[in-house]
Amino acid sequence: MAKFDWNETKRQITDSQAWQSIFRHGYEDTPRNRILMVSGNVWLHLHPSKVQKHTVRLRFTWCMGGITFLLFLVTVITGVYLMFYYRPTAEYAYADMKYLEFDMPFGMLMRNMHRWAAHGMVIAVWLHMFRVFMTGSYKPPREFNWVVGVILLVLTLLLSFTGYLLPWDQLSIWAVTVGSNMARATPLLGHGGPFHEVLGVNPVYDARAFIFGGAEIGPHTLLRFYILHCIFFPLIASIFMAVHFWRIRRDGMSGPL
Amino acid sequence: MASPEGNEGGIVMRAAGAGAGSASRTPPAAPGKRIEVPIKKAGGGVEEKLHTWPFLVRNEFLMTLLVIIVLTVWSLLLNAPLEQPSNPTRTPNPSKAPWYFLGLQEMLVFFDPWYAGVVLPSFIIVGLMLIPYLDINPKGNGYYTLKERFFEIMSFFIGFHILWVSFIIIGTFFRGPGWNWFWPGQVWDPHLVEALTNVDLPYMFGFRDYLASALFGLFLIGGYFVVGYAVLYFWIRARPAGDPWSAFPGGGPEILEKWGPVRFGITGFLLIAMAGVFIKMALRHALNIKYILVTPWINI
Repeated sequence: MAKFDWNETKRQITDSQAWQSIFRHGYEDTPRNRILMVSGNVWLHLHPSKVQKHTVRLRFTWCMGGITFLLFLVTVITGVYLMFYYRPTAEYAYADMKYLEFDMPFGMLMRNMHRWAAHGMVIAVWLHMFRVFMTGSYKPPREFNWVVGVILLVLTLLLSFTGYLLPWDQLSIWAVTVGSNMARATPLLGHGGPFHEVLGVNPVYDARAFIFGGAEIGPHTLLRFYILHCIFFPLIASIFMAVHFWRIRRDGMSGPL
Repeated sequence: MASPEGNEGGIVMRAAGAGAGSASRTPPAAPGKRIEVPIKKAGGGVEEKLHTWPFLVRNEFLMTLLVIIVLTVWSLLLNAPLEQPSNPTRTPNPSKAPWYFLGLQEMLVFFDPWYAGVVLPSFIIVGLMLIPYLDINPKGNGYYTLKERFFEIMSFFIGFHILWVSFIIIGTFFRGPGWNWFWPGQVWDPHLVEALTNVDLPYMFGFRDYLASALFGLFLIGGYFVVGYAVLYFWIRARPAGDPWSAFPGGGPEILEKWGPVRFGITGFLLIAMAGVFIKMALRHALNIKYILVTPWINI
């Protein structure tokens, strides 16, 4: 029997049909493989295969857009875990939070990570906006991507705000009450706002009732915010993120000419 | 963080990074300015370009690790708050909005909810979206510069850092029961009473008639915008030729011509409205002014 040859075995594996159907290129550090590594990978090909040197520098980018996206992914993953143990009804919501914190393996950690990542995302998105402003990166041809970015900023705030209600404790319902009460004061559309008589809006049928799903904050609001928080806003934000990233990919990073 | 220079042109990068401003910007026509010492030529690659793999992906990977580690440690040490079960019949004092909205809640001290909570945030969102279309200065695209974009950066600084961030800090740390001002560490006294001695501006000027007060307020607000537009117009027109702030060699008149009346009008409106927040705050603090414009429908 022939002596065991490691290299021969390795060659047989990497030459096999199964291996070659999964991995399309070798791992040796060659310029070709470096490019294939990016262009042949569905996730990495968000990037161009080559980038300008300054766009790799943290001093230029602060990495804040990437961190915002990373924190979004963290909230998605931890959020799925939280959804397993949480029922968005007034009877159970608060008790489920307690069970989550004290009974579920890593429940408290998952909740903490979800919350702090969400707060971090708000801060990161602001710092990202600040950086993009400071480098003038909204200037032609990237004007519209700035607009998309502002929409994503609003969606980030809405994601955070809708999630704020879900623990169903005093902190959450009153914070959301204060925030949503503003809608009551909307001119024309809120029953406490100027010119509300024109359209005849009232407490059960106005801008705030549209947000609350009723005249006051209650179980209907909890369900509504839950669906907005877990399905609607993440979906919309993902769509805008796709546009945002794609446009960066098309236009390239801004930079000194 | 790991420096991204990899195996080529480390010196080029540092030279470009040294003057993080206009100095590092070299127009394509004059590439001779840059100190270039290619250590090793990339295989026929274009100048100043790096392979995404491994240079950018490596940075992203390290940053991901760092953020995840910090977030995990933070989450192990600090628990997310969970208070008493919700009770719609017991309003806590103070009831604060989520921290990122506290700047707007702070505005409620100075304005009615329809303005502080609805109109003003709408101005902020729309104004932010319009920035790329209002700012026609072609300079400062893709590099840090204060000198060439002084006016834009100042506007953003006032709008974002002062009006947004610092008011969040005030709302979070300095507001207690009754939305009264408490220093950090000071005991929150829920029975603290502050005298409401605010008075409307037309009243202060002796107007007692409703119609006359409203007209006077309207005149003041309108006058404020007229004066604001005039100040902005003449200030921009007086920009000297060759001003480093503007990219236009003709100075002020050329800026106004290139800017056009629509951009000027919208920018002016947003800036004057923003300055109005400061003026209202000053009037409240200095003279206890409640409203400037008093009508049966809206008060400002």
